[in-house]
Amino acid sequence: MRKKKNDGTAVNSVLIRRPIQRWFPLFILPTFLCFIIGFIWPFIQGIYLSFCNFNTPRDAKWVGFANYIKAFKDAGFVHAFQNTAAFAVVSIVLINVLAFFIAYALTQRIRGANLYRTVFFMPNLIGGVVLGYIWAMIFDAILKRYSTYLTANSTYGFWGLVILVAWQQIGYMMIIYIAGLQSVPEDMLEAAKIDGATGWQTLTKVIIPNVMPSITICTFLTLTNSFKLFDQNLALTGGAPQVIMNGAKVNMTELLALNIYSTYNISKNWHGAAQAKAVVFFILVAVLAIAQQTATRRKEVQQ
Amino acid sequence: MKKESSAAGKILTVFFVLLCLLWIFPIFQVVVNSFKSNASINTNAFSLPDENSFVGFQNYLKGMTFGNYPFLKSVGYSLFITVASVVLILLFTSMSAWYIARVNSLVAKAFYYLCLFSMIVPFQMVMFTLTFTADNLKLNTPWTIPIVYLGFGAGLAIFMFVGFVKGLPLEIEEAAAIDGCGPVRTFFLVVLPMLKPTLISVGILETMWVWNDYLLPYLVLDRTKYMTIPIHVQYLKGSYGSVDLGATMAVIMLSIIPIIIVYIFCQKYIIKGVAAGAVKG
Repeated sequence: MRKKKNDGTAVNSVLIRRPIQRWFPLFILPTFLCFIIGFIWPFIQGIYLSFCNFNTPRDAKWVGFANYIKAFKDAGFVHAFQNTAAFAVVSIVLINVLAFFIAYALTQRIRGANLYRTVFFMPNLIGGVVLGYIWAMIFDAILKRYSTYLTANSTYGFWGLVILVAWQQIGYMMIIYIAGLQSVPEDMLEAAKIDGATGWQTLTKVIIPNVMPSITICTFLTLTNSFKLFDQNLALTGGAPQVIMNGAKVNMTELLALNIYSTYNISKNWHGAAQAKAVVFFILVAVLAIAQQTATRRKEVQQ
Repeated sequence: MKKESSAAGKILTVFFVLLCLLWIFPIFQVVVNSFKSNASINTNAFSLPDENSFVGFQNYLKGMTFGNYPFLKSVGYSLFITVASVVLILLFTSMSAWYIARVNSLVAKAFYYLCLFSMIVPFQMVMFTLTFTADNLKLNTPWTIPIVYLGFGAGLAIFMFVGFVKGLPLEIEEAAAIDGCGPVRTFFLVVLPMLKPTLISVGILETMWVWNDYLLPYLVLDRTKYMTIPIHVQYLKGSYGSVDLGATMAVIMLSIIPIIIVYIFCQKYIIKGVAAGAVKG
């Protein structure tokens, strides 16, 4: 079995492998124990508790799929799902298009490119909660001129979050696109120029096919980022405004991650449903991630 | 590459200068408002401070003790948690990654694939149960929470280190072994120095994560005793009906300044580290 899976270096050198193996307790054990505490055990327990009514794990009572049914019947969850999907589509398109064109312009030998790059990237270093409050202050100040406020209407909250996230992530994606654009072979661009390609032709026929890997990475990152978004959502609107829909309270600007969190805080009767939502959420994110990875790999084979 | 004609170049420059101003604008507003009185922020947040609205450093003084919790205490806890967690993660995951890459046994492989798996699991999946576990094991203090960070953050770090170690030539380590180096000395004296670029990348990614993380410490820590900067900011806003915007802006300023200073000095590494992490992730 070991013979079959010889990936590159390593493995065969007895000189190295045997002595390290003796140090297993030092090299692997601490990380592995923490990994069990911080990930494996909570993950397993999380799946188990999604089938239980519980306040704490000690008083958990098995209820089968009741929590999942409760979760899907919750209008707030369904709304949060639609919200998240819409938000993901809008922010993926907006962020990637803008980031790509900024990166493209910045690689055209313009003066001060480094300074611009520094400025665009800066918002990434600031935490989501802080960003949320900064933008809440700004949106409220703008909307005040029209005698309204951010949490008055879910449309404001939705587009406010789009603007915030675009402002934050464009710089990040731009960095990845710049790296991709810089790796486009110079001779290919020269050949295109000699053949009389216009700027637009060079962009669509030469540059974009060559930066496909960057495009894949960036769409993947923006996709998972928008599904996992929490801090910004919490700090900007906290899900407000709340309306009654078919007799159920629905937080209009809530995305999935925040919905799971607020479900848990309703009361202890909702703990099980919140955990069930979390499992559904995990499956959703995992499927999206794996689908994207397979698509990438297929593309890599073709190249 | 197309040479920009001077006219097009000028248009681009104007465009980028305007765009940069737009990008800085929110931060600029925070700076301006942190020196204005609460009333004047409420009436017009975009006005520049004048004699009536300028309050000097009053907001900052207020922000220090605002919400009955000293802000500097939060800064201290944030600093400790970030430094301890990142050091712990870098040390232990690089050791594990070397073991995984070099030993390649069934256990090592299983651990590696579990790490890959953990990278696609969102925090919401484990957050409630992680809180229970952390409480039971008394990991709910700033001194012990780095253990939780090592556990939950191990995935990405191990993935990046393993990728790098696999590219290192085995001959160097063999030479060290022949010269009588045991695995521990080989790792710390030979392998670790070669890992430097990845150490920087992983270090930056993990620092950005831990320093800005809100939910994990909020759920795990005993909130009556311990706050970090993001928790503190959220607490200021969340617990008061009418917020003192001036003091909040001052606190936000105080929490951004260190980040921006670090960014200005380590810009190159940060951008490189992020690019490396993204390409691999």
